[in-house]
Amino acid sequence: MLKDGSGKRLAPAVGDAFALRPARVHEATGRGRRAFALFQAARHPGPLIWVLPAYLPELPMPWGLPKGVSARLHLLRPAGETDLLWCVEEALRAAPTGLVIAEPQQPLSLLAGRRLQLAAEAGRTTGLMLIRQDAGSNATETRWACEPQASPASDSTLHHWSLNKNKQGTLGHWVLNWDGASTAFHMVSETGERYQPAEPPL
Amino acid sequence: MAALARGLSRGMALADARAICPDLATRPADLAAEAAALASLRRWAARYAPMVGTDGPDGLIADISGVPHLFGGEADLRDDLQARLERAGLTAVSAIAGTRGAAHALARHGGGIVPDGHLGDGIGSLPITALRVDQETAEALSRVGLSRIADLIPLPRAPLARRFGTGLVLRLDQALGAQSEPVAATAEPPHFGVRMTLPEPIGLQSDVMAGLARLLDRLCHKLALHNMGARRLRLDLRRVDRGTTQVEIGLARPMRDPMRIAALFTKGVDEVDAGFGIDALRLSAPITEPLAPEQVGSHISLHLSEQRGGGPALRHEDALADLLSSLGNRIGFDRVLRLLPADSLIPERSFLLAPAAYSSAEPMPPRGGPNRPITLFPPEPVTEASGHPPRRFRWRRMRFTTHSAKGPERITPDWWLDDPAWRSGLRDYWRIETEQGPRLWLFVTPQDAAGQNWYVQGEFA
Repeated sequence: MLKDGSGKRLAPAVGDAFALRPARVHEATGRGRRAFALFQAARHPGPLIWVLPAYLPELPMPWGLPKGVSARLHLLRPAGETDLLWCVEEALRAAPTGLVIAEPQQPLSLLAGRRLQLAAEAGRTTGLMLIRQDAGSNATETRWACEPQASPASDSTLHHWSLNKNKQGTLGHWVLNWDGASTAFHMVSETGERYQPAEPPL
Repeated sequence: MAALARGLSRGMALADARAICPDLATRPADLAAEAAALASLRRWAARYAPMVGTDGPDGLIADISGVPHLFGGEADLRDDLQARLERAGLTAVSAIAGTRGAAHALARHGGGIVPDGHLGDGIGSLPITALRVDQETAEALSRVGLSRIADLIPLPRAPLARRFGTGLVLRLDQALGAQSEPVAATAEPPHFGVRMTLPEPIGLQSDVMAGLARLLDRLCHKLALHNMGARRLRLDLRRVDRGTTQVEIGLARPMRDPMRIAALFTKGVDEVDAGFGIDALRLSAPITEPLAPEQVGSHISLHLSEQRGGGPALRHEDALADLLSSLGNRIGFDRVLRLLPADSLIPERSFLLAPAAYSSAEPMPPRGGPNRPITLFPPEPVTEASGHPPRRFRWRRMRFTTHSAKGPERITPDWWLDDPAWRSGLRDYWRIETEQGPRLWLFVTPQDAAGQNWYVQGEFA
């Protein structure tokens, strides 16, 4: 843990705040969890696997996905929860996948969570579970709560992402402007500070 | 045969045939099934001769040189053939002659055997059409009074060729043996199946896998010879009590690598009930696809195998294909999907969900215009909507207040397709940012006779 002279904890550098630790399984919850998953998908190279139950009406819309994601995306639509977990484990265990995203509909047990972590370690693959409220397992590496936020400006799409659980680091929450088209994003300071003066000095 | 006896003939108009024989049972011709039946009959006929080929859409020709003594002579061979066909329920006419042309002519006009050296006498009484000449030549010949083959034989060749073309002379020479005409056996399509019988029954999973590995080596070698790869593989296990069990696997792309295929069989073999033991294995590839030879061992594979601490060197796409195969074998290949762009402006039809095993990835072509949502679902009506666009509304039991709205984007239905979801006419799509956070894709149906309703169809990032 980094500490400055006064012993206060320093927030991690902004650039890699959203980098998921590799070869681990993470969780995201909240209304903006799919946006968070796509944000991560755009930042992970290699084939992407998205496991979602066949009865779920929501489908990823390829025209709205970040650039280059839809060509790499493989959609698995298993019929039941057991098949879903099996698919996730198998995909995590396989080496070539870049990121495995899954939407389990039932609470993840500690057993299931631990098995997924072991599979992710074996295959050196990162996993991201999009869980419902309070349906996560304790074995997760990090848990993110993601909510879209109304933005004052018409051309910004604000997201409020908070890191609620972190096994090997600090917690935190960020408001950022990400338009859902590329990997680029802008941090929005909570207090509204500007990084440069409003008008250039004459 | 019964129809021929009643006066019907081939090529007759159906109305004429019905007039002669009112209780005639007719069926449309299924040419593909007939060809398949003829092909299987051809395979069977290989018991009489090494060279068997098809002769027109309804005939087989076999070169039985050196064969008849095995059956006790030509007459016995023909009787044997007729008896077996009759037992199978097939009515067939057969003929044996010294040349292909003569056998063809005789088989279509009653059948029989022409003894050696008597070709001219044997087929002389047949009409000229039996010589495989076209209708015009036959008519021209009959106009000058030549109707039987015997009439042609004594005529000088040169004037005959000059007047009726060389085709007639060629056919005549072929029938009489002056011109050779070999029987070309059709090449058999390669059969991808191998089998193994065991002196002692086996019951252990490891033994079955070892047997499978040997079969796979042979099958994959055969596939490699023909530059093919298997898409489906079936393993039949015969038990001592004559029961059989099957293990079938599908592959996400054509493959002929024994090690990787064996790994996919593990789960299926695990579930097999061996009973008192298995004494025969049969492995076949019912579905194969062309697979060109590939260079193995690129630097990616070296990198991967180093990273994984040894193990089989797999290329990146191969490893992904393996993953898709194993996923597809459990949840079904129709559930392993890929998103492909489609050429439509209707949101639901602007992309395709294609099975990943039978399609390849395509990047989305660039498009302008308003953004699209990241998730799409069937339209869900909103309630308590007020205003245009709605200032506040309820959706999925949540209240929303509009913060800003962008639109409308008008999408008209495809008039050439009758889509029940689009019967309400054109749609005006709005991107609604709510105070509560979610950015929704709403549309209104201005042409709907039941009144303008607002629906949610997607959610933006």
